Amino acid sequence: MGRKLLLHNQNVPGINTLEVYRTHGGYASVEKALKTMTPDQVTEEVKKSGLRGRGGAGFPTGMKWSFLAKPEGVPRYLVCNADESEPGTFKDRWLMEKIPHALIEGMITSSYALGARLSYIYIRGEYFYVARILENAIKEAYAAGWLGKNILGTDYSLDLSVQVGAGAYICGEETALLESLEGKRGNPRIKPPFPAVAGLWGCPTVVNNVETIAAVVPIVNEGGEAYAKIGVGKSTGTKLISASGHINNPGVYEIELGVPVEEFIFSNEYCGGIRNGKKLKAVVAGGSSVPILPTDLILKTAKGEPRLMTYESLSDGGFQTGTMLGSGGFIVMDEDTSIVKNLYTFARFYHHESCGQCSPCREGTGWMEKILHKILSGKGTLQDVDLLWDIQSKIEGKTICPLGEAAAWPVAAAIRHFRSEFEAYVKNPASIKDVHHYYRLHNLAEA
Amino acid sequence: MGAQVHGVQKFDKEKRQAIQFSEKAMEEIKEIISHYPDGKQKSAVIPVLHIAQAENNGWLSAEVMDKVAELLKIKSIEVFEVASFYSMFNLKPVGKCVLEVCRTSSCWLCGAEDVVRHIEKKLGIKDGETTKDGMFTLKTVECLGSCGTAPMLQCGASYHENLTIEKVDALIDKYRSEGRSRFYTDKDYQNTL
Ligand SMILES: Cc1cc2nc3c(=O)[nH]c(=O)nc-3n(C[C@H](O)[C@H](O)[C@H](O)COP(=O)(O)O)c2cc1C
Ligand code: SF4
Ligand code: FES
Repeated sequence: MGRKLLLHNQNVPGINTLEVYRTHGGYASVEKALKTMTPDQVTEEVKKSGLRGRGGAGFPTGMKWSFLAKPEGVPRYLVCNADESEPGTFKDRWLMEKIPHALIEGMITSSYALGARLSYIYIRGEYFYVARILENAIKEAYAAGWLGKNILGTDYSLDLSVQVGAGAYICGEETALLESLEGKRGNPRIKPPFPAVAGLWGCPTVVNNVETIAAVVPIVNEGGEAYAKIGVGKSTGTKLISASGHINNPGVYEIELGVPVEEFIFSNEYCGGIRNGKKLKAVVAGGSSVPILPTDLILKTAKGEPRLMTYESLSDGGFQTGTMLGSGGFIVMDEDTSIVKNLYTFARFYHHESCGQCSPCREGTGWMEKILHKILSGKGTLQDVDLLWDIQSKIEGKTICPLGEAAAWPVAAAIRHFRSEFEAYVKNPASIKDVHHYYRLHNLAEA
Repeated sequence: MGAQVHGVQKFDKEKRQAIQFSEKAMEEIKEIISHYPDGKQKSAVIPVLHIAQAENNGWLSAEVMDKVAELLKIKSIEVFEVASFYSMFNLKPVGKCVLEVCRTSSCWLCGAEDVVRHIEKKLGIKDGETTKDGMFTLKTVECLGSCGTAPMLQCGASYHENLTIEKVDALIDKYRSEGRSRFYTDKDYQNTL
């Protein structure tokens, strides 16, 4: 059994209330930080921990914090990214819903480190009820003196509130999120300036993922060095993995970074193997944006070493034979899955979610969706497969934000590893017949 | 981003003057505005539009958006820009219960298309349409963060997960017999994580 730092109390009855959360050691990190540490010492512990951003990019959190500009007399902000819209990812919802105070505690400790006196949690609009859960928890925290003026009698004061979005994946991109928080359309900003210099309302701002902020709690409590001892190499600590698709036990698992992928998929402690006794065909290991890998490459690297759940091991081999840990959205597909159709759901998603500012992204995502639709309608040609490849290769690096790349990579990887499937659909359209509903919900008679 | 710019209703001055939000809604709006520093009340536009939408049977008319602009002391176009960008805002009338079925990868892998086809058949409507009695609208949407409990649908504030055909049938029957509207802002919600 691996160590759990975030979800260890998830099954304690009433852990969503402040009272029970407190009796299980909750808010200790606030006490320790505010009473015994300077803000810079907190940042130092986060640096030592090796914690990397859990929102997808994996940027070292301590380093990001130390980039925050601190001009005299200008407010600084901490904004929590709870937009969680990357297909396959539902860990932040899980954490916020089950243990809302873990995020609030992390927000207080982190805001203290950054010198923020007003902080926000920006949460996707669809999670409206989760926002209610957080709001209740915030109310409890205010009432108990963990938020508001002079927390614990110190001269540190903090206000915290939740803002809901309204349905737009792009608002997970940090500058689009800030635009949205300012009450505008979610159009990503051109960088630089980076949010650390000019973020919310033009002030220095740190944007961090829910899980990143929650991880600050055990780091402060137990020290950065203790945290860094968990994991492998530069992949320190624990990570929440959202597991879905054709597995026996879908759900959120907190793993110590370094668990072998094979163990994660087949052990009963985690996914519990493939449903209905089927064979594994492919995995999207880190949310819809990362390259899909076939069975042989997800279980072992091209060099034949066991693939581990770490940033480095998953990306071993680059995009030729590797993938990425990303947001930890682990989607498993069995032998009957149509890779082309799965890709089509991604392409449709990115087309729907493109904000439309950059031509390669706006036009490219729509074009890729159309071609995939054409192939799935039995009207594709071999040239269409080449055209898909060509379009995706012309998006990367030519857009304002990484959504363009996020849309291109899945297409590239699907063609790279499953080209024969695309070709089979083109050459023998009859083979497509049942991909639309190969997985029958029981009891549904054919229409 | 919701490509919903079509179907915006014409602005009607008389209708605009008649628009009144409930006292409860006005209180909530005041509370939301207090979350932002002075002069930054524009930030409240998204949460306030959610409240406005619930006050107006689940959609945003030009008059309602204008009212929101007035409350926040910003230009009407600033409200419309936002309302037309985000997929949870409806710019034309919808049914009392909008059934939003996720269709992205994990849900598709677990049978979302069967859920959609079943609802289409049962209610006699296609994706995007509303039943004649105004009770249900069917809408397919992108990943709602419920991939481990797929397939799923959202209706108002509630998430309905691990769907089966029987569960969908029971849900529709329940909603029909209760007959009331459901909004994202509802304080009573069901979820099954
Ligand atoms: C299109 C796009 C969508 C994103 N969505 C999310 C998201 O939903 N949640 C998140 O935490 N980060 C998301 N990110 C990453 C953020 O831009 C940012 O890197 C992150 O919030 C930083 O926090 P971290 O360092 O704690 O990971 C997204 C990035 C892009 C380009
Ligand atoms: S890459 Fe796409 S989503 Fe990002 S700014 Fe450009 S058009 Fe918008
Ligand atoms: S794919 Fe349907 S909720 Fe994520």
